[in-house]
Amino acid sequence: MSPSSIHLQDVTIAFDRHPAVHHLNGSFAPGSLTAIVGPNGAGKSTLLRALMNELPLASGRIDRGHVVPTDIGYLPQAADIDRRFPITVGDVVLLGAWRQAGAFRAVSEGSVSEAWRALSAVGLAGFERRLIGSLSAGQFQRVLFARLLLQNAKLILLDEPFTAIDARTTHDLLQVVRRWHQDGRTVIAVLHDVEQVRAHFPQALLLAREPVAWGPTVTTMTADNLLRARLMAERWDENAAICDVPDQSAA
Amino acid sequence: MTVYQLFILPFVEYGFLRRALIACFALGMGSGPVGVLLMLRRMSLVGDAMSHAVLPGAAIGFLIAGGLSLPAMGLGGLVAGLSVALLSGLVSRSTPLREDASFASFYLTSLALGVLIVSLRGSNIDLLHVLFGTILAIDATALYFIGAITSITVVTLAIIYRPLVVECFDSGFLRAVAGRGSLYHFLFLFLVVLNLVAGFQALGTLMAVGLMMLPAAVAQLWARSLPGMMLTAATTAAVSGYIGLIVSYHLGFASGPTIILTASVIYGCSLLIGPSAAMRRLLPRPHLTG
Repeated sequence: MSPSSIHLQDVTIAFDRHPAVHHLNGSFAPGSLTAIVGPNGAGKSTLLRALMNELPLASGRIDRGHVVPTDIGYLPQAADIDRRFPITVGDVVLLGAWRQAGAFRAVSEGSVSEAWRALSAVGLAGFERRLIGSLSAGQFQRVLFARLLLQNAKLILLDEPFTAIDARTTHDLLQVVRRWHQDGRTVIAVLHDVEQVRAHFPQALLLAREPVAWGPTVTTMTADNLLRARLMAERWDENAAICDVPDQSAA
Repeated sequence: MTVYQLFILPFVEYGFLRRALIACFALGMGSGPVGVLLMLRRMSLVGDAMSHAVLPGAAIGFLIAGGLSLPAMGLGGLVAGLSVALLSGLVSRSTPLREDASFASFYLTSLALGVLIVSLRGSNIDLLHVLFGTILAIDATALYFIGAITSITVVTLAIIYRPLVVECFDSGFLRAVAGRGSLYHFLFLFLVVLNLVAGFQALGTLMAVGLMMLPAAVAQLWARSLPGMMLTAATTAAVSGYIGLIVSYHLGFASGPTIILTASVIYGCSLLIGPSAAMRRLLPRPHLTG
């Protein structure tokens, strides 16, 4: 794993000029395991999409270091996937081997056995010939996790990965996340369960459009900070003035 | 009347029927798989829009060639269809309009323009030919043209199968790992236009899409895997062509609509008796233990 951290420098991301993430500064250290926590509309998913380079920045810049787009594994909150598409579980997981197989090359034996191992790691051994349409929402989420396992990404972004997943599966998937952390991969996950964050994530970013706190979980996830995050106004101010905080990234 | 006389003799006796039959087989092989992918992308009606969009190009080709010439009209239709596809893609990527909305606006413009051009010069009969096709008038040149399009379609689909399926199923993933999703999307739209152009002398601009979408719908009712669906769709299209030609020959019906109606009948039957169809709901089978 290349030891380069991801720096955010005065990042603002706006929708229709209203900021969804406002003047965020900080960095994700290489190999860090960070939870992003905050109320609805706090800009958590927006930040992940910006890290994926899917959204333009209104100001500031994101320095991804040596991480190139194909090094990033991304699990969107509600992936825009047609679950009735006639494709088997095995094929979906094997897509994780895209970097080796690409669009045209053959899938190697190694990738196939790796895919079956990934499936058993998420507790779905023997599901490879099933169509994805026959899976439950939680099982499908595990299939996407297996695909991520195969992707062998340096930077892994998870957007509310445990929504609609039962306690036992969540426990299994958290083990997967822990293993990624031990491998030295950088993992950033958007989560809502404060206890889960305290138990499993050493770093936390408390976001309420503006960053409320960012650092070790013990110091950021205090009751006081959580209350401040909750008080964030969810509504846009239609008459908001132009934000005149100078763009520090230009300096 | 023997079975031979009923089902085979017409094709032995008449060259135009043989050519029509081969045209139907070729169209089915190309349009069937393309239709399945189009339907899985929830773009069924985009196919319809595209079939209207090719009209002005076909009309211009018709005027320049001075009559019904499939290569000239085909080329014109291809240019017109691709322009609409590219413009719609561009608009939906740069404005809040969704792709179907921009398709609707562009194809209506295109259709009106096409009818206007045809009516400027041609007679109403010519307009009818363009709109509804003349499958029995297919000559050797037209047949080669259709065959070439089918070959291009099948080979292109085979080459870009994996990225195309991924783009269809999870476009966000393809964008993240390969970053070239829109390339495959446009290649696919190119194939759609190409097949509509192929279907156009046979069935006309209005019904060319019928041989694309009806077999695709039938395939979704019978097959569960994507290759199975493509095979079912191609077969259904070919069988519709054959039965449609036979029926239209014996009963004196117009061939194009009869072919499409045959596909509709197959669709109707599949709705009733297919493995995931209405009949199975009425006759429930006992559930299993696990």
